[in-house]
Amino acid sequence: MNLLALKMLLGDRLKYLGLVVGIAFASLLITQQASIFYGYAHRIGAWIRDTGPADLWVMDPQAEYTEDQKPLTDTTLQRVRSVDGVAWATPMWKGYLPVRLRDGTLVQARIVGIDDATLLGGPPRMVEGELADLHRDRAVFVDRQSLADLRTRRATAEGPPRDLRVGDRIDVNDFDAVVAGTFDRTPEFFWDPLLYTTYSRALAMAPRARKQLTFVLVKVRDGADVAAVAGAITAATGCAARTRGEFEDISESYVLAKTGILVNFGITIALGFVIGVLVAGQLLYNFVVENLRYHAALKAMGATNGVLVRMVLTQALVASTIGFGIGVGGAALSGLGLASGGLAFEMDWRIPLLGFAAILAVAAIAVVVSITRVLRLEPAVVFKG
Amino acid sequence: MAAIPTPAAVAAAVHCRGLVKSYGRGEQRVQALRGVDLDVAAGELLLLVGPSGCGKTTLLSVLAGTLQADAGRFTVFGDDVQAMTDDARTRWRSRTVGFVFQSYNLIPTLTAAENVAVPCLLLGRPRREALARARDALAAVGLAERAASRPGELSGGQQQRVAIARALVHEPRLVVCDEPTAALDHGTGQRVMDLLRGVARQRDRSLLVVTHDARIFPFADRIAHMDDGRVERIVDPPRQGADA
Ligand SMILES: Nc1ncnc2c1ncn2[C@@H]1O[C@H](COP(=O)(O)OP(=O)(O)OP(=O)(O)O)[C@@H](O)[C@H]1O
Ligand SMILES: [Mg+2]
Repeated sequence: MNLLALKMLLGDRLKYLGLVVGIAFASLLITQQASIFYGYAHRIGAWIRDTGPADLWVMDPQAEYTEDQKPLTDTTLQRVRSVDGVAWATPMWKGYLPVRLRDGTLVQARIVGIDDATLLGGPPRMVEGELADLHRDRAVFVDRQSLADLRTRRATAEGPPRDLRVGDRIDVNDFDAVVAGTFDRTPEFFWDPLLYTTYSRALAMAPRARKQLTFVLVKVRDGADVAAVAGAITAATGCAARTRGEFEDISESYVLAKTGILVNFGITIALGFVIGVLVAGQLLYNFVVENLRYHAALKAMGATNGVLVRMVLTQALVASTIGFGIGVGGAALSGLGLASGGLAFEMDWRIPLLGFAAILAVAAIAVVVSITRVLRLEPAVVFKG
Repeated sequence: MAAIPTPAAVAAAVHCRGLVKSYGRGEQRVQALRGVDLDVAAGELLLLVGPSGCGKTTLLSVLAGTLQADAGRFTVFGDDVQAMTDDARTRWRSRTVGFVFQSYNLIPTLTAAENVAVPCLLLGRPRREALARARDALAAVGLAERAASRPGELSGGQQQRVAIARALVHEPRLVVCDEPTAALDHGTGQRVMDLLRGVARQRDRSLLVVTHDARIFPFADRIAHMDDGRVERIVDPPRQGADA
């Protein structure tokens, strides 16, 4: 009977197409919006992932995200280094500083100062120059995505307005610096230019303060238990020691909550879902109800409620699966376009899974609502003209 | 229990006494059956006739096990249908009753053969066997070559013959037809009645046919006249020339 149920479904091409297209549209809406949301959320932790090899990030217990400036006392570094199980620990300074270009243009930038000796925790992928160039006098690295943001606006003695490039001198909070290299970074949620320099140079740029250490990057000794070492660091210093994943998680939750992104996308996704429910649910419902007289005939001829439920479920399942496949395919295609346009779009493997679950839930609701009409059918109605 | 049919069971395939059925409640209450007594013999084709609204369809629905009566008793080939649970009655229908509806009720997206196969599939027959039997049943109503056609591609008479094939494919003992010829022209109606007449003759079955169509009276073994929720009288059909 299930095969016949499918033939009932596929037999009317036009109705079937309408049904599948409707479900595909709903699926597209849900998965596309969810992917954009996921893309944005995932970009929040991009800098953490880009900052290579550390197992643990030591920070102020109240630090809430990657750009939070809650410095630690300078002695923290020594105390972390003396914790059992720590292979190495390096200091990092991170903060916002004003950058003045040659023509006087002021741009707010994020400066990261990394350990002078080891240059650990530096930029992920150098494009021009190499990491060691940071040892040069007054050197800073600038991310390639920001070269255009650091463009001069007015003509200078050196020529007309142009993007920043290697060799240019810039003024970082009254510190005379030279662009010694460029690097590539994963697109981030935060848009300000990202500059790397050494830790000591970063301190020279930054306003004087009693506490200057932003993070300590920690590599755990081979074979040591990361969680145990983190606990020991916290016990020794009173600081939070977070794995990359934990740091990403708190950053994501904080930014999503503070910016209203969560609420906005939540509304869009919920809207997509509601529209999906209305469209797909309505179509499925109509499909069942339009077949009501045949269901009644089947019932008269001896189809039990169980058989009818299975038939309707088969129809709904097949229509939703095919519709969802098309919708998710469409969302993925649209994602290719959106991503190449620079929009955050990332279809995590969980999104199709959850989206499918959502569509199945919609189908289930539609089936439950319409099936009651099938179940309540008096088989005798078939005798009515 | 030995499977020897008792004379009573053979004599009365359908046996009912004092059937009462009403629709709605309060002011809206309609008394459709007011105590129906009726016996139908095995191998008999019984016509149910009477004015519109007298309860013919209601009686047919009750006897076919698709509608519960309020009071009274009836058995079909010895089965006490009223006493069954809903699911048991549904399964009983799938084994015992063949249906022919005025409006055919063929599923438009299925082929004739698939439509006819439905009762066998409902009985759990394998698909291949069900379709083979469906093609045989279609051949028996003269539609062997239309097995792959959709209902929309068939004339009204052909659709009703497909419906008859569907009603007979699983060899039910009781066949109920509500106005099977109402939508058909005279010649086609005669052909359809010929088919049904043959069914009642060949196999040991009973046919209950509701009709307004006086031209098919001669096909009946007996004619039950209903009025106002009761079977008023049962008469022999008019004999016109040779036996049908
Ligand atoms: N589902 C229902 N709800 C309420 N009243 C009904 C229902 N079905 C039938 N009736 C009423 O019950 C009475 C008998 O109806 P029934 O359909 O059995 O008559 P009938 O003899 O088949 O008529 P017709 O020749 O017009 O088909 C009528 O008065 C009808 O209006
Ligand atoms: Mg009627």
